[in-house]
Amino acid sequence: MPLSYTIAVIAIPLLMFLFLGLVGVKMDKKLTGVLGTIGMLITTVLAYGVALTYFFGADQGQMADGVRSAVVVFNPDWLSFTKTLVVRMGIMLDPIAAMMLVVITTVSLMVHLYSLGYMCDHHGHAEKGFQRYYAFLALFTFSMLGLVVATNLFQIFIFFEMVGVSSYLLIGFYYQSPAAVHASKKAFIVTRLADLFFLLGIMILSFYTGTFDFDKLVFGPEGANSLEVAQSAIASSHGATFLGCSVMAWALTFIFIGGAGKSAMYPLHIWLPDAMEGPTPVSALIHAATMVVAGVFLVARLFPLYVIEQGAMEIVCVTGAFTAFYAAAIACVQSDIKRALAFSTISQIAFMMTSLAVSSAQGGLIEIHGGHGLGFMASMFHLFTHAMFKALLFLCAGAIIHAVHSNENSQMHGLHKYMPITSIAFLIGCLAIAGIPPFAGFWSKDEILVACYAKGMGWGIWMSMVAGMTAFYMFRIYFLIFHWRQHEVHTEHAPSDQPWTMTLPLIILATISVVAGFVPAHDLVTWDGRELHTQLNWTVAGSSVLIACIGIGLAYKMYFKENELPDKLQARFSGLWEAAYRRFYMDELYQFITHKVIFQGICKPIAKFDRGIIDGFFNLLAAATGQAAYGIRRLQNGSIQSYVYLYLVGALALAVITMVCVLI
Amino acid sequence: MNLTLLMYLVPSLIMFGCGVYGFLTRKNMIAIMISLELMLNSVDINFVVFNRYLFPEQMEGMFFTLFAIALAAAETALALAIIINVFRVARKVDINQLTKLKF
Repeated sequence: MPLSYTIAVIAIPLLMFLFLGLVGVKMDKKLTGVLGTIGMLITTVLAYGVALTYFFGADQGQMADGVRSAVVVFNPDWLSFTKTLVVRMGIMLDPIAAMMLVVITTVSLMVHLYSLGYMCDHHGHAEKGFQRYYAFLALFTFSMLGLVVATNLFQIFIFFEMVGVSSYLLIGFYYQSPAAVHASKKAFIVTRLADLFFLLGIMILSFYTGTFDFDKLVFGPEGANSLEVAQSAIASSHGATFLGCSVMAWALTFIFIGGAGKSAMYPLHIWLPDAMEGPTPVSALIHAATMVVAGVFLVARLFPLYVIEQGAMEIVCVTGAFTAFYAAAIACVQSDIKRALAFSTISQIAFMMTSLAVSSAQGGLIEIHGGHGLGFMASMFHLFTHAMFKALLFLCAGAIIHAVHSNENSQMHGLHKYMPITSIAFLIGCLAIAGIPPFAGFWSKDEILVACYAKGMGWGIWMSMVAGMTAFYMFRIYFLIFHWRQHEVHTEHAPSDQPWTMTLPLIILATISVVAGFVPAHDLVTWDGRELHTQLNWTVAGSSVLIACIGIGLAYKMYFKENELPDKLQARFSGLWEAAYRRFYMDELYQFITHKVIFQGICKPIAKFDRGIIDGFFNLLAAATGQAAYGIRRLQNGSIQSYVYLYLVGALALAVITMVCVLI
Repeated sequence: MNLTLLMYLVPSLIMFGCGVYGFLTRKNMIAIMISLELMLNSVDINFVVFNRYLFPEQMEGMFFTLFAIALAAAETALALAIIINVFRVARKVDINQLTKLKF
């Protein structure tokens, strides 16, 4: 299949969005959903074809000397401001773009299919706004696909904004619920703030390098070494510095902040838990599998630049490592199933960030040594596996919520008997994320840990600890939902497995979660396109499995059967528990900073100055003019007699004055 | 008895004063117009008298007066026509009451 079919992969969701958005209202609700799903199925098939051709079709010319190079399928000028400042819109395929095509279309297809069942009430009638929902899903898929195949930074920025908008629209899908409206606003504003930095970063970077194109920034001409290309791009700033750091470090840090906003890194993570107000399949697609990894993708895209500019890389690394721990700690105590999963997502994305950032260029700049090139591969591999099993977990959560009509796990308990398929699928997801072999998460997480240990013992131990916490909190959720105690049936319908449209995606994703670990990622998704020769590091693998098992065992002891232990621990560490449950008061802190400091302390005085002094001055002018006009208004009364009278008086007065003057 | 310049100018001045007074105090539009005529005619007298006494060999004052009379006749006809039309519409000629066109 020719690689130019990528255009169709991107065009179909766009056309579907336009079609469903414009004509959908006139059509039968179910039909729009089915049409959207079929469109997505075609897209998925094409995307798989393109990805397989890219990876395995040797005749396409992208394999030269065993190196997979980036292929620019087409790249026309879109906006040409000046001769040098040209923004292009195009399609570029490289290993990570091809991998992302597969991830996005797979999860999107599953979500399209799943939503056919999920977005219906219990009588099987489609919800209000069903067409709108499918139109937005198509819009999101289009934007995300456009993002990953972008040929330049500016195109990425445009599609970054578009995924932000579609995320906003879908979080606020239930626009009659105030919580959803607040959540969508919060998500939009926080990511917009981050995108401001992203734009600044792009401007600085392109100002010094004179280009937006990845071709020139990181890939270079055929057969060039990416690091050398990146080195010369960095060198184009001629050592310009700002506040003691090189401008390139600033630019890359700003770009990372943009990515951190989308990827919910601390401290810009606050929007993601609230975004769970959207429909659950949306959470699975946007807020677990695809959009939130856009930040990771961005850093991966500029990876050679970051490797050269170690200062920026350190920031990424520290942020990632801290966020991983922070989010995992919060996830341990959340009672809302979707929020717990949201924090788990934040933690896992932080894993990917850290893994990317442990790489460094050693011994000059030509080779990334041993464990270091591994970080990039492990990160992308984890992105791939995580998308699959986290989408699975979210879709399971959706099925449970659909069955019991609540997000709180106190309303669930003991569902294993009622929903066996969902239970097993959820268990597979949990095993995968906990890193138990042979499930997908084991392979990717193990490589992340190896890369972290290669950077330093401390990093490795820290990330291993977070991995243990991951196992603990995932199994805490699992046991609390499906075991703990007998389920109390509140409604007349006992909860049960959902219709096939919702169960089939679970089965497919569960299967992928089992086998995805065997995808030969080191051969396919490496930073320089060369195959990476690694073997399983048994020490790290063994210890990480052991840690995961300890986490699971602990969760089993505490949450499998109803007992006093969790309550006792909660009472014992009530301060810590409360702090974690309230997400370490980050939302309160933001509330304080925005409302008390910015609104009250800065905006209010400025508003007062504006209203009092600036507006006041002009109001005074207007008022004075008005008063004066009001005063002399009586002169113009339309009565000719009074005019004549005044004229006469004036003339006489002048005559008198003249006479006096003459006499004197 | 010899008629001097002053003997013409004083009645003319009195006429003009009466005209001004009438113009300012009358409320009837016809009375106002009559006052206006009075002022105009006093000015005409002045023209003729000045011409006669100060520049007897010239005739500009006389001609100008003739012009003024003709114009005054035309103006009076026009004003009367307006007043009659106003009266037809409003049934009154008192300028204090004719406020319909005021904003």
